[in-house]
Formats: sequence, C-alpha cells, structure tokens
Amino acid sequence: MAPRLLLGIFLALVAVAPHVVSEFHVTLLNYIGLSALVALGLVLLTGVGGLTSFGQAAFVGLGAYATAYLSIGEGLPGWLSMLGGSPWLGLLVGLLVTAVVAYVLGLLTLGLSGHFLPLGTLAWGLSLYFLFGNLQFLGGHTGLAGIPALSLFGYPLKEGRSFFYVIWGVVLGAVWLSKNLLDSREGRAIRALKGGVVMAEAMGVDTTRSKTVIFLVAALFSCVSGWLYAHMQRFVNPTPFGLHLGIEYLFMAVVGGAGHVWGAVVGAAVITVLKQWLQDLLPSLLGASGNFEMIVFGIMMIVVLQRAREGLWPMLTRLVPQRSTPSAIEDAPALARKALPEPGKVLLEARSIVKRFGGLVANNNLDLTVKAGEVMALIGPNGAGKSTMFNCISGVDSATEGEVLFCGQEVTRLNSRQIARLGMSRTFQHVRLLPAMSVLENVAIGGHLRGSKGVFPAMLHLERMEEKRLLAEAARQVERVGLKDSMFEAAGSLALGQQRTLEIARALCADPCLLLLDEPAAGLRYLEKQALAELLRKLRSEGMGILLVEHDMDFVMGLADRVVVMEFGEKIAEGLPEEVQRNPAVLEAYLGGVD
Amino acid sequence: MGEVRSILEVDDLCVAYGKVEALHHVGIRVGEGQIVTVIGPNGAGKTTMLSAIMGVLPHTKGEIRFLGDDVGDTEVEQMVARGITLVPESRALFGEMSVEDNLLLGAFMRRRMGFRDHESTMSDVFRIFPRLKERRSQYAGTLSGGERQMLAVGRALMAKPKLLMLDEPSLGLAPLIVKEIFRVIADLKSTGVSILLVEQNARAALKVADYGYVLETGEMALEGASSVLLDDPKVVESYLGLGGKQ
Amino acid sequence: MDLQIALLLGQDGITNGAIYALLSLALVLVFAVTRVIYIPQGEFVAYGALTLASFQAGKTPGTLWLLIAAGIAVAILDLHQVLRARTLRKIPRIVGWNLLYPAIAAAVVFLLKPGELPLLAQIILALVLVVPLGPMIYRLAYQPLAEASVLVLLIVSVAVHFAMTGLGLLFFGAEGSRTPAFSDASFEFGLLTVTGQTVWVLGASLFLIVALYLFFERTIYGKALRATAMNRTGARLMGISTVMAGKLSFLLAALIGAFSGVLIAPITTIYYDTGFLIGLKGFVGAIVGGLGSYPIAAAGAILVGLLEAFSSFWASAFKEVIVFTVIIPVLIWLSLTTRHVEEEE
Repeated sequence: MAPRLLLGIFLALVAVAPHVVSEFHVTLLNYIGLSALVALGLVLLTGVGGLTSFGQAAFVGLGAYATAYLSIGEGLPGWLSMLGGSPWLGLLVGLLVTAVVAYVLGLLTLGLSGHFLPLGTLAWGLSLYFLFGNLQFLGGHTGLAGIPALSLFGYPLKEGRSFFYVIWGVVLGAVWLSKNLLDSREGRAIRALKGGVVMAEAMGVDTTRSKTVIFLVAALFSCVSGWLYAHMQRFVNPTPFGLHLGIEYLFMAVVGGAGHVWGAVVGAAVITVLKQWLQDLLPSLLGASGNFEMIVFGIMMIVVLQRAREGLWPMLTRLVPQRSTPSAIEDAPALARKALPEPGKVLLEARSIVKRFGGLVANNNLDLTVKAGEVMALIGPNGAGKSTMFNCISGVDSATEGEVLFCGQEVTRLNSRQIARLGMSRTFQHVRLLPAMSVLENVAIGGHLRGSKGVFPAMLHLERMEEKRLLAEAARQVERVGLKDSMFEAAGSLALGQQRTLEIARALCADPCLLLLDEPAAGLRYLEKQALAELLRKLRSEGMGILLVEHDMDFVMGLADRVVVMEFGEKIAEGLPEEVQRNPAVLEAYLGGVD
Repeated sequence: MGEVRSILEVDDLCVAYGKVEALHHVGIRVGEGQIVTVIGPNGAGKTTMLSAIMGVLPHTKGEIRFLGDDVGDTEVEQMVARGITLVPESRALFGEMSVEDNLLLGAFMRRRMGFRDHESTMSDVFRIFPRLKERRSQYAGTLSGGERQMLAVGRALMAKPKLLMLDEPSLGLAPLIVKEIFRVIADLKSTGVSILLVEQNARAALKVADYGYVLETGEMALEGASSVLLDDPKVVESYLGLGGKQ
Repeated sequence: MDLQIALLLGQDGITNGAIYALLSLALVLVFAVTRVIYIPQGEFVAYGALTLASFQAGKTPGTLWLLIAAGIAVAILDLHQVLRARTLRKIPRIVGWNLLYPAIAAAVVFLLKPGELPLLAQIILALVLVVPLGPMIYRLAYQPLAEASVLVLLIVSVAVHFAMTGLGLLFFGAEGSRTPAFSDASFEFGLLTVTGQTVWVLGASLFLIVALYLFFERTIYGKALRATAMNRTGARLMGISTVMAGKLSFLLAALIGAFSGVLIAPITTIYYDTGFLIGLKGFVGAIVGGLGSYPIAAAGAILVGLLEAFSSFWASAFKEVIVFTVIIPVLIWLSLTTRHVEEEE
C-alpha cells in the first residue's frame, strides 16, 4: 500500500470516527488530539532540533488562561471589557504572550550549552504553575469557570463530537505546516541543528535564529492546544499545566518517535490511552489511590531510550513499503551568481597570524595570500597548525593576533556566518555532514545564503519556486563532483572519500570566490583523485581561488601553483612545488632528523 | 628476530569507521624487550591501529595476543591491568591537577591490584625526567609542550607496564625536546620494557628501534630491520610522493 | 520587619541553604563525572527522610523492597554480562552487593525492630537502605546509555524522577511526615535564638563538605573521579573505568541526598514529592556555578535559601516563583560571559 493511500484511510477514519464511537471515546480522541499538538512541537524541538523543553504544559496553560480570562470577560478593566467575550481575542492574546515568553526564554538560554534550555523551561514550568495557583484574578487553585463555547460561522460547538473536528482539523493542519517547514530551506537549517551547528554556521545559517524559530513554533502549538482545551472544558484550573504534564508531553514525543511528525500523534495516542487504562488498573491492583502510572511511564521511557531510541513510528513505517525515492530533479532557472574576481587579484591576505591556546602557540606569525585563479597548498606534518590556520581564516575560530583580509575587507573578528556571506566557502577535515539527510539536501544547505524566503512562506509552501531553483542548483553541483548516482541516498551511506567530495559540492553550492579545502583527497581512490584534480583545475581556470590543506603529496605537487610548508605553527618554506620538494628544511620536517 | 619471545602479536587486524575501512589486514609483532616502530605519513592509520590494540576502538576482524593470551575483546581497563599502557597522541593529561597527582593516577590500576610501590616508581620517573620533579606541584595544564609529553610518558611508566605504546611522542615538539624524548625511549629499553612506537618522524624512530613497519593508507607497505629501512628510498617516497618527478 | 525577624529569617535561610548547598555539590559532581543532569537527586532526599519516618512509626519502609528488587535486577543484568564475557571471578562481588547485602539489610530490619532503636541507629539504617539505590539506579538506567548525548541522559533523568516519585507515593502514601529534632537544646545570642537542629544541620553540612574536600584532594579514588571529569579517555587509559567512576559518583550523590533528607526532616514536613522541589533549589545553586564550580554552586545555594526565607515572609504565596526566577539573571550573566563554541553529540 502506498503511503498516500494510508494517509487517505487515516483521514477517512478521522472523518467518520465521531459518528461510530461512543461519547467517552470521542472525548478520549479529543484529548489525544490536544496532546498530539503539543507533542508535535516537541518533535520539532527535540527530535529534529536536538533541544528540549519540560515546560510545554505551561505554554498550554498560557493559551488556556488567556482565553479563559478574556472570553469570560469579568473583571476586565473598562477599556478592555468591550473587547471581552471573544475567544478569538483570547487566542490572539494567548499567542502574543506565549511568543514573548518563549522568545525571552530562548534569548536567555539558546546561546548557552544545550542543557540550559531544558533547565530554564523546568524552572519556568514550575513557576507558572505556582503563579496560576496564586493569582486571585485567575481564580487561584479553584480556577475559572464559565468559559463560553467556541462557535464557528454561527454554529456553537458545545458537544464533544462537533469539537472533535475542530481539534483534529487543527492537528492535521499543524502536521501539514510542520512537514512543509521541514521540507524547505529553513527546514534544512533546522535539521542541521542536531550535530551540524559548526557546519551550518560555516554555510551561513544563523543557528541561534533557527533554534529560536522551532522553540517559538513549539510554544505556539502548545498555546493553541491550551486555547482549544479551555473552550472544550469550559473551565480551567492550574492542575493540567503542571510540570509533570510537561514531562508527559515529552514522553509522548519520544515514545512515538521524536524524529517524525506523525510520531507525535502515535505517542499522544499511546500515552493517553495507556494513562486512562493504568489509572483504572493500578489503584485497584496496589490497593491505594494515586498517580501510579508515573512508575510505569518512567520505566517505559528508560526502556524506550535504551532499546528503541527512535520510538514507535519508525517501527510502524517498516511495516509498509517505503515511498519510492524521486529519480530526477526538476529543472529550474539558475540562481543569480556573483561575478568572479579578475584572475590574479588578491582574494585572501593573512598577516602575521598568531593563535594561542593557553600556553600553546598553534600559529606563529603566519603570512599567507591566495589570488583569484590559483591553487595554493598548505602542507606540513601532523600538528603543524594547518587546521588551526584554516579555522582562523574561515571564522570558525579567531586569531589571537594578526589580521585577515578577504576581498580587501578586514574579517579577523567576523564569525564564520558573516565570512561565508562574503563569498568564502570551506570543507572540513573531519567530515561534517548530516548522515540521515540525502546527498542532495546536504548540498542544498550550502546554498542557504542564495535563498531568502523565511519561515512563514516555508510553512505554507509559498516558496516553491525558490526551493526548486535551490534544489536544481544543488543537483548541478552534485553532478559536477560526480555523485549523481547517489543524489538521493543518505549521505551517511557514502564511503568516506565520497563524503569529502560531497562537502566540496556543498561548498560550491554557496557560489564562492574562494574555496578552502581541508584534506579533500584523503580516502579517495586513484581515479577519484584524478577526477577531483580535474575539477579543481577547471574551477581555477574559471577564476576561483583555492586554498588547500592536503597530505597526499602526489596530489598536491601535481596541482598546486604555490606551496606553503608549515612546521610547529610557523612557515618554513614557500614557493613552487618543485622548489619546496627539494628544500632540505622540508625534507627534515617530514622525515625528521635526530642530529 | 625469531628467537625473542613475542609480547604482542597482531594478525589480520581490520578496523572500520562505519562503512569505511581504515585498517586493512594489518599484522605486527613486538618481541620482549624490543623497541618496534610503526612509521608512516599522516592519515595512514597509525593511531587507529594503536587504539584498536588497546581496545579503545572496536575492530571488525583480526587477532590480538598479549603474552600468548587472546586480548581481542578485553576492555581498556583490563588491558592496563595486564600490563599495557598507551600514551595517546593527545597526551590526555588531567590539566587541572598537579604533576604529582597526574603521576599518582598513572599507578591507579597497580594500587587497585594491591601494589604499594608507587612512591619508589615516582622517584624513578623523577630520575628520568628531573624537570617533572621541579614542576611537581604545578598544574599539568600550565606545562610547556615538551613537559607535557614528559608527563604523559612518566604517567604511563607509573603503571610499570610490560608493553609501552607511544603515539607520536614527537608531535608538535621542538627538535631539542624531540631529541631528549628519544634519548629517554632508547634508555627505557635497558629497563626491560617493550615499546611499540608509532611515529611520523621516521628517522628518529628508526634510529632507536630494532624493527620497523611502514604503514600507508591503512596497509602495511614495508617492514624490516630498522637499519635497513633507514636507507630505503621507498620510505621517502611514501612520505613525499613522486609528484614533481612524474 | 524588625531585626529579630530578619535574624530569624536569616537563620532559616542559611539552614535550608546549607542543605541546598550539599545537594548542589552532588549535582555538580554527578554532571562532571557522568554528564548526567541528575534530576532524581531530590527523590533521595525524600526517600532518606521518609525511610527514617517509617522506622519511627514502627513501619517497614518500602525502600527496603525497592532495594531488594533493584538488587535482583542489577544482579540479573550483571550476571548475564559476566557469563557472556566469561569473567567469572566477578560473580562473588555481584552476588554479594546486589543479593546478599539487601538480604542482610532485610534481616536486620526485621530482627532489630528499628522503631525502638536510638535515633542514630535509625539514621544509619535509613542510609543503609537508601544509599545503595544510587549506584543501582546508575547501573539500571544510565550505564547502558553512558555514551549518549547530554539531552538523552537528561530525559532519562526525568524518567527516573517520574518512576521514583510514583514509587515514593506507593511506599509512603500521600501524607507528609516530620521527624523529631536531633536535639531540643536552644542557644540565645542576644536577639537571636538558635535551635539545636540548626546547629546540627550546619555542623553536619560543614562536616560533609570538609569530608568531601578531603576525599577529592587526598584519596586516590577521589582523584580518580576528578580525573574522569577532566579527561574521560585519559582516565580510562590509567585503568579508571567509566562505570566505576559513574557508580562512585552516584553513591556519593545518594549519600548526600539521603543524609540531607535526614537533616531536613525535623525542619520541614516531607511529602513523597517534596524532594523534587528541594533538589531543584540545589539545581538553581548549581546553575549559578555554571554546573562546573563547586564553591560558586554552594554559595549560590545558600543565596537561594536566604531568598526563599525572606520571600516567604514578604510574599509567601509566590515564594517558589521568586526562587525559580532567580535563574533568569544568572542565565543572562552566563550567556554574556561564556563564548560558546561546541558541537552537540
């Protein structure tokens, strides 16, 4: 059965469900939908983005309380009371407040190590719960009752059965928006957050912004869930917005499959049903009343994380045949290119670079220039400081002393994102790619700066033309480096040499004028090396400047125009390949000498 | 070197990172009391080989025997207990601890096994590296590159190993210090410890070693008595290539 | 507020702060050695306090059953592993610690009638039951995931917290308990009256902090733990196993947690879920230290205690809100001062 058919069956089931199941089960399905919406946000945040939050229940609470307070409309100050009574105002205000809180929380924690966001949300989740319980105008621990029913086009939705369609309509809409977002330029940046931050920054992605985006989206989904909850229950109190619920939402995402949007729905269903069942079963089994399902959930989570960290969804998808992978990419008008500089023009000039790590001097007083249309090779024994130099030039790290000029502009203190924008693109010594993403998508990350459409167009898929052009450009680069046959394969399944080649394609996708390659030939077979050398010669003839760190001397000597040799962080020789090869200091550096 | 009893025998060792094989069917042998070196250019797989022998990295195929026992599946900590220590390329010192504490931790496994000779061993180490004695209360993180390497070697000696494995001890060090380190390595031989020395600095390594192997892109390219390898032009080729002479 | 009240609040704050400080030290230790953000630390506080309360009420604490069950689970896993690796010489240790020890503990609890023992003996017995749960939980929940990311380990922590809270409810019920004070003495210093329990808490905390300091500075195992925290690979190459370091740090954390519970139980009524809030206040202290510095963490924790005491006077309903919002300025300060270049996982 094709996945599309399965989706169709699922939608049909959703459509008929309220008419065939009991009132009790409709309510259960409504709760599943409300939870799925929150869990969906956590899928984006945790499974895709590698961040997490324990405070989603508090965002649900914000949504619920905002609409409860505003739509009841009692006790509102005069100038607001005329707006009171409308659930839609409640929704709007709830979303606004949530966005502000999430933005501030993100601002505080997202620049720190990954564990500060969850700790921050832990504190926030707890605080808000106590706040709801202690603010008199929100009813304290008793809460607020008498919330008006939602009405759509004049039909009041007072029953669970009619409300079912609203909830599941919103859930399916959110799934659609999320899938669209992930399948876009912004989505690739988001998917790079987990394990690819340094790479993504070097490709010009503002990763802090991407983190903020998914945290905001997750918080807003939760807020909508709270809004729906309030108008379904017609009553709110602080209990369902406590920290334990926040943790349960996370369990839903992880159990269902935190890496997949449908995992949220599966997880919400499993946990909600299980909770219902355990709350009946355990107290009679144990002879005491209380939330004993916590014990089962806790142990279940540990087992899931130890044995099946991907959750249930991948197990389910294994039961049905996979969607056939696309075999071709649609052609689209090429993206605009920067004009390449005149051959011979100095592109990069590093002056007296010093880099110290504590007491260790990794680079000492290094000078280096690269011109347009030449291949400059940087060689030297292990530990000579070549990669450090690369990092200083490309802004991954910054030099302790000295200055770097790129295209005549001082870039010494700029970060890698800003430098990428100026037209420098690089590969990494230890391959940095996203193994689960296809070769094509990995390369398309390189083109990040050549697109401009943001999150909202992406969610609504209004950016399809730009996306087509980006993918077509990525496909051209994949083809150019000779990986056409593996275009739709997962990047992690390639051999190491091909992964390095993929990195070159990704760098080229950024349309650079200077290319920094860190050991591009390592792990390549003889014919592949020749093909690579051919490609680099062609790029050089087009006027690109190439700076190369490489250990394969046959490769370097056959290709480079000039060579700089480093040892102990210093330059020991510079010149034409033949000169360098005969230089006694170079021989000594490579083979060593005792006397 | 057939007459000497083997302390370490490695046969047909293969290591892969994911789908990529980094070491192909490598075999080496270290005789008791010998210094054996594995040289080769950057990226040849030397560090991978040592990590696999030590048990830090899993291997996909092959046999590792230490004093005749199969130690292929033995954990790192148990390798130390058996008498093998590795000085890694990164040195892996405890930066915010004193030199003395670093040395003391070198004897951790020995003390756990009931030996109480760490004080006399430490004086031996201080005799070999007098500089460490001067710096004994200083944090390891404040030492110079050469002193760090001395501390790394000294710390390994605190375990009184039967086999000492050194990964690029000359890496990033100035020539004078390289010379001193190699002098120490040569001297250690007289204490009876066997040494497996992985080096990029081929000349220095071959000068102190009894036997040498040349590793190139994960495969053994050459082997022989080190005096023979020292004059073998193929060694130079494997480092600098034939590029310009094509 | 007059001076007398201020002094009283200050005393309260410092007493609670001392406990938070102990907990924050345990949290920093566990994080440094194992990268685990140890949310369940608070459950050990509750388990320690409530086990002692059970003894005093003449009941058999449920923690005994948990110790036996966890011991059996660990023994099964370890024996399975040992049989596969054919390292049979480890069997006596495994059986001894995980089966024999809980059995002996059970025998002691049933034979001695702890309800009639002196307080000190009750405290020791409570620690005997609760502390070994620390390394056992490490073995069961964390050890199989030792190489996982901080994020995954954090989620595991939350799961362990969930399960332990539920078990706490099962063992001790929903009612809170308060144990009698260690001493009824009180001392007058001008306006200030210091209770015996305060002196006990401060003295015991100080003693524990000094003991920990000596352990880390003077003993080879203490140094081994610090070494693992600084350089895991380096430590392994010295024969310091990551598993051993993990179990040892969890043992220390459990000791600190359970002992804190025993100390705080005469001051505050402890419920099965109180430990979580107490533990989190220790966390606020640990975060002040950036999860890395022991002295700053301890100082931060004492500050939390003071803040809590004074806010309970001015705005008692918002006490918790105020305490947890303290981390906002801390986070601002941290994000302004740390330059963060790190690749996750």
